[in-house]
Amino acid sequence: MAADTSPDDDVPSGAPAVRVRAFTLTSGRTTPRVDLPVEATLRRLGAATAGPVESHLTRILEVCDRRSVAEVSALVAMPIGVVRVLLADLVELGQVRVQTTIQEDSSFAERRELIERTLRGLRTL
Amino acid sequence: MDYARSSDQRTAASTKIVVAGGFGVGKTTLVGTVSEIMPLRTEALVTNQSEGIDDLAAVPSKGTTTVAMDFGRITLGEDLVLYLFGTPGQRRFWFMWDDLCLGAIGAIVLVDTERLDEAFSPLDYFEQRGLPFIVAVNQFEDAATYPLEDVAAALALSPGVPVIRIDARRRESVKEALVRVTEFSLERLSAAVGA
Repeated sequence: MAADTSPDDDVPSGAPAVRVRAFTLTSGRTTPRVDLPVEATLRRLGAATAGPVESHLTRILEVCDRRSVAEVSALVAMPIGVVRVLLADLVELGQVRVQTTIQEDSSFAERRELIERTLRGLRTL
Repeated sequence: MDYARSSDQRTAASTKIVVAGGFGVGKTTLVGTVSEIMPLRTEALVTNQSEGIDDLAAVPSKGTTTVAMDFGRITLGEDLVLYLFGTPGQRRFWFMWDDLCLGAIGAIVLVDTERLDEAFSPLDYFEQRGLPFIVAVNQFEDAATYPLEDVAAALALSPGVPVIRIDARRRESVKEALVRVTEFSLERLSAAVGA
């Protein structure tokens, strides 16, 4: 990723060609097989569960524990869409677990519990 | 109805609040003021044919660009992390917002009173999607101070939408904005189910 961190520089930066090529790591796949919201946090599972993984997956494995999909994308400098596909592969390989977030089908009770917990946390910051 | 936590209730480990607003209005400043990490930047690919594409293998770089999103993280106790995502306000980024807003607690629309028009697009979007939002005027030192009622009127806000004034550089001020949007989200949720 470009080392450009000027505040609020929202708009396109860097060399797009390099980033498009990133989808070659996913064999062109852009749709992950596992639901992965940007804020979903990940847990790395025991290494004993599976054999060796490819090197670009190793980078993701190394940084993903207790971090979100967005953090992994930033830390390995890959676009979020690419990271999603690769993380989904790691989930299917039994290397990574996705922790719960609020989804479209979440119940009222689940939503309320989360919002209340967030509120308590924010008030004690 | 009994809302006590049942064994099949899934307890979320993370959540998010979206910070939207025009270019340079202070989104990244706001995120950085309360984040426990230096704001990180992630990028999404944008193609001119972003609708209905599932296979980019053969798509050349022409017509493809990236859009950056800065975000921060706040740990709220042992079992909950809140992410703040700053997102560009322009309509051409709406494709990204569906993804960002799904499952979000709510949004803060950050406005600069000198450039109120930049808030229209995010306001339209959040209204359409039914995502609870508040408007936070980022009070720049050299800018005139307008009454908040006037800001609400100029933005044609629906009655009940909270409008507050903040200083995105001050932690307490940003914290107050986060508390306010979360409270508002809870009020809206309760109203929606008539609880």
